[in-house]
Amino acid sequence: MQRKRTLAQQDMLVGFALILPSFLIILGISLQPILTTLYLSLFEVPRGINLQQTFVGLGNYISLLSEPIFWATIGRTLYFTVISVGIELVLGLAIAQLIHAHPPGWQFLRTSLIIPWAVPTIVNGTMWRWIYNADYGALNGLLLQLGLIDKYIPWLTRPDIAMNLVILADIWHSVPFIALILQAALATLPADLEEAASVDGATALQYFWLIRLPLLRPAILVALIIRTVEAFRAFDIIYVITNGGPANGTVTISFLTYLEMFSFGHAGRGSALSFLISIFTLALAFIYIRMLYRPEEKL
Amino acid sequence: MKKKLRVVLLSILVLLALLFVYVPVAWLVISSVSSRSELLSTPIHWIPQQPTLQNYINILSPSQGTSEVAKTFRITLWNSLMVASSVTVIALVFGSLAAYALIRLRFPFRQTLLIGILGTRMIPEISLVIPLYLFATRFGLFNSPIILVITYLSFALPFAIWLMAAFFESIPVELEDAARIDGCNRLETLWRIIMPISAPGLVSTGLFVFLTAWDEFFFALILTSTVSAKTVPVAIAEFTGRYVVDVGGMMTGGVLAAIPPVLLSLIFQRYIVSGLTAGAVKG
Amino acid sequence: MKTIRSMLFALIAIVLIASVVGCQPKQASGPVTIRVLTMEQAGPTVDEMNAIVAEFNEANPDIKVEIEYVAYDALHDKITTAMASNPPAYDVFLADDIWYAEFAKSGYVLDGTDRVSKETHDKIFPAAWDITTVNSKVYGMPWLLDEKYFFYNEDLLQQAGFEAPPATWEELLAQSKVLKEKGIVEYPMVWSWGQYEAAICDWVILLYGNGGSLVDDKGAPAFNNEIGVKTLNWMIQTIDDGYTNPASISYVEEDVRNVFSQGKAAYAVNWTYMYDLVNFNKDESQVTGKIKMALMPAFEGSGVESSSINGSMGFSVAATSPSADAAWKYVEFLTSESIQNKYSAHLLPMWQTSFEGENLTKLEGYTPANAVTVPMFNMQFPFAHVRPKVPYYPEASKALQLALQEALTKQKTPEQALNDAAAKWVDLAK
Repeated sequence: MQRKRTLAQQDMLVGFALILPSFLIILGISLQPILTTLYLSLFEVPRGINLQQTFVGLGNYISLLSEPIFWATIGRTLYFTVISVGIELVLGLAIAQLIHAHPPGWQFLRTSLIIPWAVPTIVNGTMWRWIYNADYGALNGLLLQLGLIDKYIPWLTRPDIAMNLVILADIWHSVPFIALILQAALATLPADLEEAASVDGATALQYFWLIRLPLLRPAILVALIIRTVEAFRAFDIIYVITNGGPANGTVTISFLTYLEMFSFGHAGRGSALSFLISIFTLALAFIYIRMLYRPEEKL
Repeated sequence: MKKKLRVVLLSILVLLALLFVYVPVAWLVISSVSSRSELLSTPIHWIPQQPTLQNYINILSPSQGTSEVAKTFRITLWNSLMVASSVTVIALVFGSLAAYALIRLRFPFRQTLLIGILGTRMIPEISLVIPLYLFATRFGLFNSPIILVITYLSFALPFAIWLMAAFFESIPVELEDAARIDGCNRLETLWRIIMPISAPGLVSTGLFVFLTAWDEFFFALILTSTVSAKTVPVAIAEFTGRYVVDVGGMMTGGVLAAIPPVLLSLIFQRYIVSGLTAGAVKG
Repeated sequence: MKTIRSMLFALIAIVLIASVVGCQPKQASGPVTIRVLTMEQAGPTVDEMNAIVAEFNEANPDIKVEIEYVAYDALHDKITTAMASNPPAYDVFLADDIWYAEFAKSGYVLDGTDRVSKETHDKIFPAAWDITTVNSKVYGMPWLLDEKYFFYNEDLLQQAGFEAPPATWEELLAQSKVLKEKGIVEYPMVWSWGQYEAAICDWVILLYGNGGSLVDDKGAPAFNNEIGVKTLNWMIQTIDDGYTNPASISYVEEDVRNVFSQGKAAYAVNWTYMYDLVNFNKDESQVTGKIKMALMPAFEGSGVESSSINGSMGFSVAATSPSADAAWKYVEFLTSESIQNKYSAHLLPMWQTSFEGENLTKLEGYTPANAVTVPMFNMQFPFAHVRPKVPYYPEASKALQLALQEALTKQKTPEQALNDAAAKWVDLAK
């Protein structure tokens, strides 16, 4: 005779079954490489066949953490991430709300947003590199015609400006992601809430701050985490626009990792760098979660 | 009067947003139909004086003398389409199921798993390349779309799960309770009630997964070698020779590469209808 | 858990095996397939490469050849990744001159010293062997000879009243002054001094043209001596004085070509590829018909007549290839005199005989550009220098690129920047 399962047991079984496929795929592919990376980070791994690996324990980590270049690079990466993601969040939220209000042309806008997102990063980078060019770039051309400058400026030769220009290129490419995710989140919310709120006499600002924003919290949290992880990983766009220059001014931590692992062939150091990056991104994710995650909050 | 003002204001904002999107896109298109000589003109030719469709002809209807990369571009578009679509479908199915379980069902280690899944995404992909490459060659999956699908799935699933979880979270629990009272079990509730409401979430998560796979370069570069498996980003990189950069060709490739995602989103757009939850939870 | 653990062990074992043990696989006999990794625009077109394979197969029907093409930027990563597996994914690959020391140390490239006959060795340009030779061992057949040349816009010079190109950098500056004052061109020179290998190439030209060198005979860095500092100061001064386009600090070869093609520069230094595009191709250039080449200037009082940089490539066999013999046969065939002479429309052969008699006439006659670039090659090549063949070259180069950038963006003085880079080179050599 079959015993009826309790709700909890049923939950567990179903839950397990629903998670299993994802779990298998993620672990199956990622686990071994992650463990190999951890393992290699404890060695000095010279590039090549026939070459011995030397165990250095935490040596790679210590050497990296004591290098000023490492911290300078982390600083630059944080600047890149915070500015990029910050602006993307503000713009994305604004555009999401704009679309949600269904003004004339909202459907066209929503479809158009996909284009910057869909253009491959290499094309995006090359395009902006041309736009920023000092002798034939469209940015200089436009500014000159508008009378804002009187001669072409070599933008990419100034380390601080170059970084901001790379950020601009990244923002253009990534704002659509946040805008569309948040717009979908808005679309999932009960529509009668807004009605009810205005009946209750709430102003638009109050409604936004006290009701809509908190409801968007889960979506904002995930979008933030995803974009932060991606911003920390930014490599292709930097490679194409500046190759890390001028004078290392646009070298981010992922660029450095690529150089160490592939250009210089230091697999051990590169692996250690990778782990340090993960710790940083994990820390940032935890900060976000602390700030935004309220699991049991309901309306 | 106030309403009209609002409409005007919003329309201006829409226009600004469209400018933000289309000004660079305009440059993209212009450079795909301009010769290098024209692109180098100062002052700038906003409208090319001698536009040429040669770049498009090279890719869409190549002849004997066309470069190899232009000749094979269409094939790589197809490869990318196949890989990205497979990844999207699988990720949406498995991902939403997993997300639902992690959000709604009570079972041990729920929180740990949620964080753990995210944790696997924290390692920069770059350090995963060589182990994955060795794995692929060991199991005969090198240069096969399958290895790309599996790899991209492992990248996209954690984020897909988190995204769907966020969408599920905003659906009032009362809806599900009502369904349960009506006699649905967990899975029926998921299928009949939750999925339709989270259609916008599914579409945008799907878009995210698709574009993540669509734009991925480094793994595609290392794990594929012939045109039968190469994807669009790898092909686009080949417009760059040792010194010469075929900018016109690259921009053209970029325009063509943007088309499939836009088309796909147009097709699925009608599912993003808001307000499905309106009035669903009445007293 | 158990399955995961054993999977883990198995895969870690594979990684370790692939990177530690190097037992030579048995040479395969019977029909073999060779996988070749190269790049497009590396000489013969794809169709020509296939034709070469067909010819190869006439004498070697048992050896099947499969060729794959990648972008140049991807070549290095593809090679190093491919060599991580055993057997390697490619049996033959195209390698850049600056990777040879690294590949030799890593055991990636087959030592072919004994496979090259004395006759072959003597008939090929000695400077070509510089590319693939590390510590007196030959690790591949040279391919795709190239060097940087001096280009000038004759029309602009004539407008300023100059009938002849400058023979020294000092003369060039004097001409530039006139060009600038007469308003003919704002920045007479444009260079590729961005944070790329291209900057090192320009640096080599200027440094050696000043009587300096990158390393001394013991291999220690010499670029930070008096001459090095003087040269770097010269570079910075030309920007400050407005003779060098300031955007050069972010530029790479294509940017130089673009600016030159706009007619916005009177002088440029670039590889062979630029000539055809700027002088003959109306779709690419606005200055067609006006461009000439001349021997690279040098600095007065340096004791040097001219200088250039040797930036060629080579075809090598993967050291752990199970079909090394077959692979070498193919490489030998591909780089042989007859094949090179037959398909020299898109590459400069490395056989000295290709530049003699009938062969020379044919070579010069391929394209209008060749009529100029081929004699130019003969003139300039004797002055071409190679970069140091050290296994840590990529890292050393990056350090030097950084030094040049820091000095050019005035973040450090030239002495400081060059000394820091030199210290890094010493550190890497340990």
